[in-house]
Amino acid sequence: MARLQVETVINGENKEFLCDANQSMLDVLRDELGLTGTKEGCGTGDCGACSILVDGRLVCSCLMLGVESGGKSVETIEGIAGEEGLHPLQRQFLENAALQCGICTPGFIVASKALLEKNPNPDEETIRYWLAGNLCRCTGYDKIVRAVQDAAAEMSHPA
Amino acid sequence: MPKQNGCTKYVHGKKAGQPGRRDSDSGGDVVTSGTSNEVSGGRMESYGYAAPSSVAETVALLASSAEQGQATQILAGGTDVLVQMRSAGHQARTIIDIKSLAETNRLEVNADGIYIGAAIPSAVINETRALQEALPGLLEAADLIGSTQIQGRATICGNLCNASPAGDSIPAMIAAGAVCDIATSSGSRQVPVEDFLVGVGKNALAPGEFLLGLRLPMPSANTKDAYLRFTPRTEMDIAVAGVGVSLTVTDGLCTDARIAIGAVAPTAKLVSAAAEAILGTDLNEAAVHAAGEACKAAASPISDKRGTAEYRRKVVAVLCRRAIGVAKQRIQGS
Repeated sequence: MARLQVETVINGENKEFLCDANQSMLDVLRDELGLTGTKEGCGTGDCGACSILVDGRLVCSCLMLGVESGGKSVETIEGIAGEEGLHPLQRQFLENAALQCGICTPGFIVASKALLEKNPNPDEETIRYWLAGNLCRCTGYDKIVRAVQDAAAEMSHPA
Repeated sequence: MPKQNGCTKYVHGKKAGQPGRRDSDSGGDVVTSGTSNEVSGGRMESYGYAAPSSVAETVALLASSAEQGQATQILAGGTDVLVQMRSAGHQARTIIDIKSLAETNRLEVNADGIYIGAAIPSAVINETRALQEALPGLLEAADLIGSTQIQGRATICGNLCNASPAGDSIPAMIAAGAVCDIATSSGSRQVPVEDFLVGVGKNALAPGEFLLGLRLPMPSANTKDAYLRFTPRTEMDIAVAGVGVSLTVTDGLCTDARIAIGAVAPTAKLVSAAAEAILGTDLNEAAVHAAGEACKAAASPISDKRGTAEYRRKVVAVLCRRAIGVAKQRIQGS
């Protein structure tokens, strides 16, 4: 069957792609647009590895059709770092060793960025609840929580 | 410019005046031809997608698809639909995205009543201050469903249509007196949520109909709701039992009550006997206990990995008593 033509904005750039009607946004990002930073974990919305922002709203890209991104603004892990270098969250994940295998990391960073935009100074409980939909097999979460807290501190009091 | 917003042309491009979309790879296979996705017997071999821009167009699309023997699927938040689409043996169908309709995007909270459209995700209702004040119980139920990511897309109307016995928002809707606003071929019809659920995974929508949104009465200052559920984990889990309560207390006496139970029967259900047990009382311990026992009596749970039937009956009574306590406190605190 013929494919659908979709125009969207991804990480601030206009993008046009073709996709199947039942193709997920995750598969579009990875297979059609070559943006493989967004990971597939479970494919059923349980693990958060595929987290992206759509019009500023945190969602699982595996639970969204690619065609639904038409006319929206999408932000992925590839859009987090600025021209001046890594985002404070990325830097603090490294500083705190908040990752081992790294599959969950893009999802955690995208989800954490959404949290800090909504609440620049979240307490530990807020961070843990917000990230309850992001699963990590490696770290035990403590280092991730500390990385988010340190990034929050850095962003509210730039050195 | 966004191309698919408000566009109906992906699959069923029957209207004149709009060019079909073309697949640049196949040199002009028109996407909107509606026939490319049919095989004999009416079974589609691939999925289609349409995002109608009006209710009339949506209803017409549902009707024309049915005439042609094509399966359709309404899409709102998609947190259930996309998982189902990926399950083995899922029949290809036309996905009808209802998020471009003005009606499904309605979110109104005023003295005349409350309207929550079928396209409104839980994250949005949970951020709406007027709803936080009017229906804290419904919001806490919606807030229990899935993760932050899920709530960014999931809708309570979708939770209702999915008709899981354990859908958390459903007992809260019933308690709050929510009524389904259903689009039909001849206009619309209104069905109370407790009558909308007809079985496990089954709702009362007839072929060609879809849910536009929910109408709820605006609670008075001395009416408050509450929802409690029990799960083994604190987050990301499915209810063992749940109870939604809405109470009105006037001069110390309970003058109105609605109590609904979830995850302890094939559908969430209204338990009138529980409400009757506390009506006219000062919500004393004996009356509240009787309401809990009425919930227990109304339950017909299964035993599964989350709990035995006996355990669920016990828990539903406890949750009922506690939810009444929470609603009562909210009235006293307001």
